[in-house]
Formats: sequence, structure tokens, C-alpha cells
Amino acid sequence: MNPTPPPTRAEYCVLACAEAWRGAGEILASPMGLIPSIGARLARHTFAPDLLLTDGEATLVDADGNAEGWLPYRRHLTLVTGGRRHVMMGASQIDRHGNQNIACVGDWAKPSRQLLGVRGAPVNTLNNPTSYWIPRHSRRVFVERVDMVCGVGHDRAARHPETARFHHLARVVSDLGVFDFATPDRSMRVASLHPGVTVEQVREATGFELTIPAEVPQTRAPTPEELRLVREVIDPANTREREVRI
Amino acid sequence: MTDKTMTAQEVVSRLESGMTLGIGGWGSRRKPMALVRALLRSEITDLTVVSYGGPDVGMLAAAGRIRKLVAAFATLDSIPLEPHYRAARERGALELMEIDEAMFLWGLHAAANRLPFLPVRTGIGSDVMRVNPGLRTVTSPYDDGETLLAMPALRLDAALVHVNRADRRGNGQYLGPDPYFDDLFCAAAETAYVSCERIVDTAELTKEAAPQTLLIPRHTVTGVVEAPNGAHFTSCAPDYTRDETFQKHYATAPWPGFAERFLGEDEHAYRSAVRAWHEEGK
Repeated sequence: MNPTPPPTRAEYCVLACAEAWRGAGEILASPMGLIPSIGARLARHTFAPDLLLTDGEATLVDADGNAEGWLPYRRHLTLVTGGRRHVMMGASQIDRHGNQNIACVGDWAKPSRQLLGVRGAPVNTLNNPTSYWIPRHSRRVFVERVDMVCGVGHDRAARHPETARFHHLARVVSDLGVFDFATPDRSMRVASLHPGVTVEQVREATGFELTIPAEVPQTRAPTPEELRLVREVIDPANTREREVRI
Repeated sequence: MTDKTMTAQEVVSRLESGMTLGIGGWGSRRKPMALVRALLRSEITDLTVVSYGGPDVGMLAAAGRIRKLVAAFATLDSIPLEPHYRAARERGALELMEIDEAMFLWGLHAAANRLPFLPVRTGIGSDVMRVNPGLRTVTSPYDDGETLLAMPALRLDAALVHVNRADRRGNGQYLGPDPYFDDLFCAAAETAYVSCERIVDTAELTKEAAPQTLLIPRHTVTGVVEAPNGAHFTSCAPDYTRDETFQKHYATAPWPGFAERFLGEDEHAYRSAVRAWHEEGK
């Protein structure tokens, strides 16, 4: 029998995303992007069995893809404001306080690059736990100041304590590591680095100063059973390697 | 019984430049494209368009018909960024009221309920407040004292939506998985025009489908247009999926040539042009 190949970087990323939903209970996992989607399904299969998942359209599905509920956009928006959801969004730009931009690059009035638009980021960040997934960690994404605040970061939330009482940025996962906001001023901190990634490499790829603990943990490796689920059950076509290539 | 059937041209003849127009569907899904095409064949311009944006926004922006857009995004779904909308924004060709998806929903709710605004916990702390200096907040009159956004009503002069079936009185039925917000668009508007894949007798609507598929009530509808394939090239589940190859062509072709080749003088001309284009690609 051939030995199981060791986990790839993409598989560490899947696991780091899945961990965002640990202990979340009976809430909706809303993953945007491939790696978070695989992560949400992994969490549902293992340590977060009560999670709700969608088929990407209007149907809530169980781990095997059977319909168990109806969630068209209008109900999805109600669910957001009800708070029973943890979304993992993308970010075209993100700053040290977790302010996120997906709307445009440059001056909003006449952008140099028009992107998606604010979409649901403002309502998400004020109402339900929010995490971010960034497949290519670089200074273009991790910026000193975002051009348009879509998702609300900790500094801005702090200015509106009543309105932002449900504000909760859980984690940022990139192809280099996992980041949280467990610092006195709620700015971004290295929580763990994926194996093979150095502190210097992350510093180099980040456009603002990160808090780096004296001892930087390594991102947890998937267990053999988690690896089997990812490779054989959830993503046998190996699409995950297309989103993270290292 | 009031027969509300009319042609797409008749719908457009009731619209005017300068109007605020709500367009149903979501992204590149169940957009009233036949009505949008009819609009593009007219001289109507200077529009305020309110839309969960897709190619409706892209086409009207490319043709220079939009003065102001109210939207949270514009996307073609399988192509994440709407290229014609994008180009229009980057050359500063239209005014934008950029709000989020929830604000949009509450704005329609407010209009449908004849309220000046509805409170919603969003926008505050984000740059939505910076780029919309006219937005106001409201303080809860109850013990929590929370400050909320007072989302103004998105009152529409007219709404355009597309559904699977309708009867001649204007009862509209969707058979796909998601109603989007089409009933709200109609309720939020002074006049509403529903295009559909097929007009059927009222009794036939519920012959095989449950009554909760009757999304749009006739008292909110002004006109009904039979427009087979009327959402093309966006999806209209379960009648058809998105025409991905044609959408790709739309997204990459320069607008003037695309408009000249495909808009034609009516939907028949449009359909033959699309057919011919598909034949060439085979």
C-alpha cells in the first residue's frame, strides 16, 4: 500500500477555513470561493455537524446534498440580520483593522478599477460573524488603507458600540497563514502560519505592520480522516489545488 | 375581466425619459431582457435604474441610457464583473447610489408599504455612509437606544420583471427556486410590467404548481407581455439555463457592434440573430 501523500498547502487552507465554523452550532455557513466551500463541508462532516449548508442557490442541503430547506435571497438576507450565520467572504483589499473592500480600486467617484460593489459586506459585518479568505497574500490585498470600506473593521465598529454590538470578525485565512484580531487595539495578528511559510515572507507580503507573537504556531495539520474526507468525499476532482498553488 | 396583455413596444410607449425604473431578477438570472431590449430600441434615456444588477444594467449603461444607478453590485454570475457596467463606471459615465443588498431590500419594502423609510442595521461604519451623504440615521425610541440606518423608500415609477407564466389579468408565476424580489419591485412601483415565457389561462397556473408559486398579484400589475425566451441570455429556471456562450460573447464584444447585430427591430429579429450566431459557432 502506498503511503498517504502529506497535506498540501491547499489542504492546510481548507482546514484553516473549516476551523472558522468550529463550535458554531446550528447556523448557516456561507462560504464564498472554492477553498472556504470545501472547508465548510469538511466542518459539517466532522466537528460542526449541525451547520446549515446551501447548494449555492436557494436550497439548504445536508452533507450528502439532499434538500432540507429553502433559502432564497430574501430569506438569506433575513437570516443575516438574525445573526445565525457565519460568512467567509473574499477581499480585494483588507487593512490591519479588518476593513474590507470589494467595491472598487481608486477614487470611488471615478474608480480606476470597478469591482463587484459593496454587495452584502456592510450588513454582514454588523450582524453575523464574518471571516475572510484571501487566496494570494500580497501587498496589493493587505493594504495600509482600503479605498472603500465595505466590510466594517474593528476601529470603525468601535465608534458605533450600540449599532455594532454583534460585530465579530473571526479570522482571516490566506495562502500563507491564519490571522486574527486578538490584540489590545483589535488589529491584525498572526495566529498561525502554514508549514513552510516564514515570518519574513508574511511581513514582506503585507502592506501594514502585523502583530507577530514571540512563538508563532503552525496551522494544524488535517487528521488522516479529515484528509480522506477532503480527497475522497468532498473534492475528489482536486479543484482545491487550482485556487492555491504552492 | 381586465385583459392587460400588451406588446413590449406598448410597454415602452408608456415609459418616459427621466423615470425611475426598477428591474427585477438578480445578477444574470431571470432578467426581463426582452423588455430591456425594447427599451434599448427606443429613445428613452436619462433613467434612474434600481436593480440587483446584471446585463440589464450593463446594456443600458453601455447605451448611455442611465443617468443614475441604485445598486449593490452588477454581475454576470459566471463572469463575476459586468464588463460594460465596469467600463461605464471607470469613465465616470453614470451617477451611482451604492447601497448594500439589505438596504436595497428594505428600500423596496418601505416603498411597497408607503413608508418614508425603514430602519436597518447596516451601512453604519462602512463607506456606504461616505458615498451617500444624503443617508440619515434614526435612534430607536425603545430602551436599547440603538442607532440604525433609516433606509429611504425606493419608490419606482415603473417596474419591469420577467416570470415563467402569467395570466391575462397579470397574475405572475415563478417556477424556479428563487422568487428574487420581483413581487416587491411591482409593489414598490406606480406601474409594473410583467413579461413571461407563456400566458396561460388562470386555471392552468395551479394545475400542476402549488399556489405559493403565484408570486406577483395582479393588483400590482399594469401590463403583461408574452415573451418566450424573454430572459435570454440570462437564466429562467426551470424553462432554460443561462446561454453561457452567448453571454461570453456579450461580455467580450464591443458594445456598438453587438447592439447593431443583435438588437434588430424586434424580438423576432433578436432571436434570428442569436440563432445565426450560434450556427456560425458550430
